[in-house]
Amino acid sequence: MAKEALYGKTLGELKEIIVGLKLPAFTSKQLADWLYKKHVTSIEEMSNLSKKARALLDEKYEVGLTPPESYQESIDGTKKYLFKTINSQFIESAYLPESERNTLCVSSQVGCKMGCLFCMTARQGFQKQLTTNEILNQIASLPEREKLTNLVYMGMGEPMDNIDNVLKSLEIITSDWGYGWSPRRINVSTIGVVPAMRRFIEESEAHLAISLHSPFNEERKQLMPIENVYSAEQVIEALRDYDFGRQRRISFEYIMFKGVNDSAEHVKGLTKLLNGIRCRINLIHFHPIPNSPLRGSERSKMEWFRDQLSNKGLNTTIRKSRGEDIYAACGLLSTKKLINSDTEKDY
Amino acid sequence: MNSRKRKILHQVSVIDNLLLKEGVYYLKIDKKFDFQPGQVIAVALAPDNEPRLYSIASGLDEDYLGILFDINPQGQLTPSLAELKTGDHLFISEPFGKFLCEHKPAMWIATGTGIAPFLSLARSNKADEVTLIHGSRTLDSFYYQETFISLLGENYKRFCTSEEQEGVYNGRLTTYLKNQKQLPTNYKYYLCGNSQMIIDVREILIEKGIPFDHIIAEIYF
Repeated sequence: MAKEALYGKTLGELKEIIVGLKLPAFTSKQLADWLYKKHVTSIEEMSNLSKKARALLDEKYEVGLTPPESYQESIDGTKKYLFKTINSQFIESAYLPESERNTLCVSSQVGCKMGCLFCMTARQGFQKQLTTNEILNQIASLPEREKLTNLVYMGMGEPMDNIDNVLKSLEIITSDWGYGWSPRRINVSTIGVVPAMRRFIEESEAHLAISLHSPFNEERKQLMPIENVYSAEQVIEALRDYDFGRQRRISFEYIMFKGVNDSAEHVKGLTKLLNGIRCRINLIHFHPIPNSPLRGSERSKMEWFRDQLSNKGLNTTIRKSRGEDIYAACGLLSTKKLINSDTEKDY
Repeated sequence: MNSRKRKILHQVSVIDNLLLKEGVYYLKIDKKFDFQPGQVIAVALAPDNEPRLYSIASGLDEDYLGILFDINPQGQLTPSLAELKTGDHLFISEPFGKFLCEHKPAMWIATGTGIAPFLSLARSNKADEVTLIHGSRTLDSFYYQETFISLLGENYKRFCTSEEQEGVYNGRLTTYLKNQKQLPTNYKYYLCGNSQMIIDVREILIEKGIPFDHIIAEIYF
């Protein structure tokens, strides 16, 4: 029988395991220390645990870390790692080194249910939720783990559609007994699944990034089916219920599509929609994906759009494009792998 | 930091819970709220449970709210919903959402229980100038097909991948769409079902020259 992974268990869950094995209570803290501070890859390495404790743990459990299957490196230093999940599916993580920070972009699901028109991951459909272990393994098994300064949940999948495991991973990363990271080094993105977004706001202190892409209901519906259920207006109304303080950041991601969402009307629409919200807008160049009807706005148009929004008092930046030569936009590598293995469909 | 804010759920009674085929039910509950066909309600068994969303499948003139659901064996809610009997209670939100399919002419495309919002629209006399395409693996999954047959006639097209029957296309709806020499570009295309179907159909429609802003999808999540 396959052993259960310890990596990805919260301290509370480790305590339950230790109690179940009738080991001393302090063993759970030691276990967390070996897993999340020393990042050992085997129970045998946990040298301050008694031989009996190690033997008992080893009967049912393993650390459960899996190295990446492969990676591609961009000329700008971006590395895209492909990890195999427990049931042999693939997820991607992008490592983005910069002069003052090194960021890892992690996936939260295999595939995605949300069906956004511009997203390559969406073309896989939904395959599975990542476990907390599989989310954290992307960090723990990263060759550059020790160099990491920042983490963004902007890879494959909609984090709010896997909220339990995303919150557990954040608990492990930000707790003193875990990685001990400040939540201000972490940014979690969502397309605006309102109930789970509320839970995230209330149970975590990490930054929040909302994929907006249009201020207009009808147009956003065409780009993002979620708009039919939770409109951008409802997302903004939900945000207004909370005090985010000065330290916690709300940002809006805005991919710029040529001739679609880059007009003066859109500047007006965004200004009206975001009125009174202390936030930043990130304008993103569209990485073209195969057979897409959408094209990216030109750089000069993006700069004009940024200046227009800035003039209206909205803090707006253009995100630097990274790893275009290796298709760093999430989903491209793993979707190619999946499409190569044809799946049975009922329609 | 903040107190938890949730969508307010209201207690309603079960009027009936019809088994349509193994694992698929039509649940009728008190019509506590008015709604627009195409809207969803959040459903939970207790007011503090995390609710799931379901499209309303009943019509405006019916005296109950109906939802169509299939059991997800790994799910927390649907196995319990299947056990509900007349007089039992559950909790729902006010109807919300904007998949109202107001533009005509239109092609509605659904798989499985994704037919629910279109059923509500048809039962509310909002299916004029509509062609409906419904795909399924088995013949017993064309829920309430008699409604669509009587309302739409030849504009109701069923596609079954594993069984054959006169009047039902044998094969995938995606193959049918691919094989069309031309699809009307003045139509709006409304899609409801699992995300993989949405993605596949949307890609075919775009390849056939349908502008992406004529394609509106409702996803299940």
